[in-house]
Amino acid sequence: MEVAITKKTTKAVPMSEKKKNRITNTFVFVLLSIGAIFMIAPLLWMFSTSLKSKEDVFSLPPVWIPHTISFHKYTEIWGMGPLLSGIGNSLIVAITVTVIGTFTSSLAAFAFSKLQFAGKNKIFIALFASVMIPYPVVMIPQFIMFSNIGWIDSLLPLIIPGLFGNIFMIFFLRQFLTSIPNSIIEAAKIDGCSYFQIFYKIIFPLIKPAVAAQLILWFMGIWNDYLGPILYLNSPEKQTLQLVIANFNASYAIQSDYPLIMAASMVALLPMLIVFIIFQKQIIESIAISGVKG
Amino acid sequence: MKTTSKLYRTEQRYAYLFIAAPVIGFLIFAMVPLLYSIYGAFTDWNGLGQMNFIGLENFKNLFQDEYFYKSMYNTIFMMLGIPIGIVLALLLALALNRGIPGTNTFRVLYYIPVISSLAAISILWQWAYNGDYGLVNQFLALFDIKGPNWLQNTGTVKPALIIMTVWKGLGYTMLLYLAALQSVPKSFYEAAKLDGANAFKAFWYITLPMVKPVTFFIIVTNIIGGAQIFTEINVMTPTGGPEFSSASVVFYIWQKAFGNFQLGYASAMALVLGLFIFIVTLIQFKINEKNSFDLD
Repeated sequence: MEVAITKKTTKAVPMSEKKKNRITNTFVFVLLSIGAIFMIAPLLWMFSTSLKSKEDVFSLPPVWIPHTISFHKYTEIWGMGPLLSGIGNSLIVAITVTVIGTFTSSLAAFAFSKLQFAGKNKIFIALFASVMIPYPVVMIPQFIMFSNIGWIDSLLPLIIPGLFGNIFMIFFLRQFLTSIPNSIIEAAKIDGCSYFQIFYKIIFPLIKPAVAAQLILWFMGIWNDYLGPILYLNSPEKQTLQLVIANFNASYAIQSDYPLIMAASMVALLPMLIVFIIFQKQIIESIAISGVKG
Repeated sequence: MKTTSKLYRTEQRYAYLFIAAPVIGFLIFAMVPLLYSIYGAFTDWNGLGQMNFIGLENFKNLFQDEYFYKSMYNTIFMMLGIPIGIVLALLLALALNRGIPGTNTFRVLYYIPVISSLAAISILWQWAYNGDYGLVNQFLALFDIKGPNWLQNTGTVKPALIIMTVWKGLGYTMLLYLAALQSVPKSFYEAAKLDGANAFKAFWYITLPMVKPVTFFIIVTNIIGGAQIFTEINVMTPTGGPEFSSASVVFYIWQKAFGNFQLGYASAMALVLGLFIFIVTLIQFKINEKNSFDLD
């Protein structure tokens, strides 16, 4: 019956509906492409600037493809500032925090979603409420706290807090775990598994995809962090990458050495860009889910 | 529960062990600093040991501080980017929802600014806004418009920052809207079509209300984030901009705390900011409650 009706409607509606759609879609495609150009153009210009000679940088009319393409700046940057140590420091912080923090976060998410204990909901709400506390409110006492134990100008203030877990990850994993039936856990209990065994033999393998996406986002967040490092890291060899390139900007802008600055910034940008392009599916899915649920 | 079997007690013990890390972290890095900050706001704290109670003096000075009002004005002004971003993102999401070829590529391209390091982006845009050689003025020159020295002019520095923050956040907002649009049942649109609704009516009466939760989420989170804007200002206008016209509240807090070591004063300012965020968020939740509807 339904098939007959649809057949009837397609016959009754003239081809212009399909054509209208096609025209709109082409129009939409053009608009989206123009928008995409706006999105990418500044980054392309950054790359192009990093390859230019000084004359090209300051030439009018503007030059997009340099007359002499020189990758020279990319070798120069390593000697003009603590770029290598900056990368190293960023890696140390990011890897340590994400690896250990993921462990603590998933353990906690397991407890919050699958285990019974007194005060479970109240504690969870309190943890979640801590997200509402703006960082500027706690950053001064935290700084004094770390200053009193002599951790200023070290990477420790950036690492230690993260090891205790990430509320967003806990929240996300907890939501994810609700779709895993309790019967699996009960069966494991009957089989005599300890809670730790349940965690790493059953739970963790099951939440791996969710963990992966959150871990990548967390890693990127730490890599790109600026306010934390600027508070605690003073000596150049201790600074993380973002700080190093900001200092490049501050020091070399006066000399108008923009190719140098842009080259350094590209180096800071590229790793996360590559990570994103490789893991784009997981990342985009993870964000879409968190937004819709929110 | 009065019944505490051994099994339950064991489970509870393990549970507490498992959540110990985040809870301890919460206490040490959120609770204690928060309380300390609240106390510190009422003292003449200067970070070198002095911490004498001075009552409401910090707050009195704060509300007579023209730089505070300037930074507050700047911060709120720059939130103008939020509605602009929302409209653009929704339009983009609607466009992308049509399922045209290249959807995935577009998604990636629009999202690249989002995952780019804010520091690197700020450096890039600082150069892009250069009065003579910057990308922005090059673009305007195509239309025979002579662009200003964006970051050096009191009238243009905030719009410049707004444009940059909209550019950077567009992909994220667009993704959220796209996910929301895809969860609207097609049957709604079909029913509307049968009732004779045109595309605009369908958008206004179906699409817009159905994505309201996402809109709410975006506005709330962007206001909370926008109130704390710092990195862009610190990198692009290290002195707070011409006549302090780009300095945000957090920038001023940072200046007072780590530049002048007026920790008590800075804490008071941070508290006022925190309260501001809290009240604004609460108001938004109340408004949202009033206007919500349930689907049957």
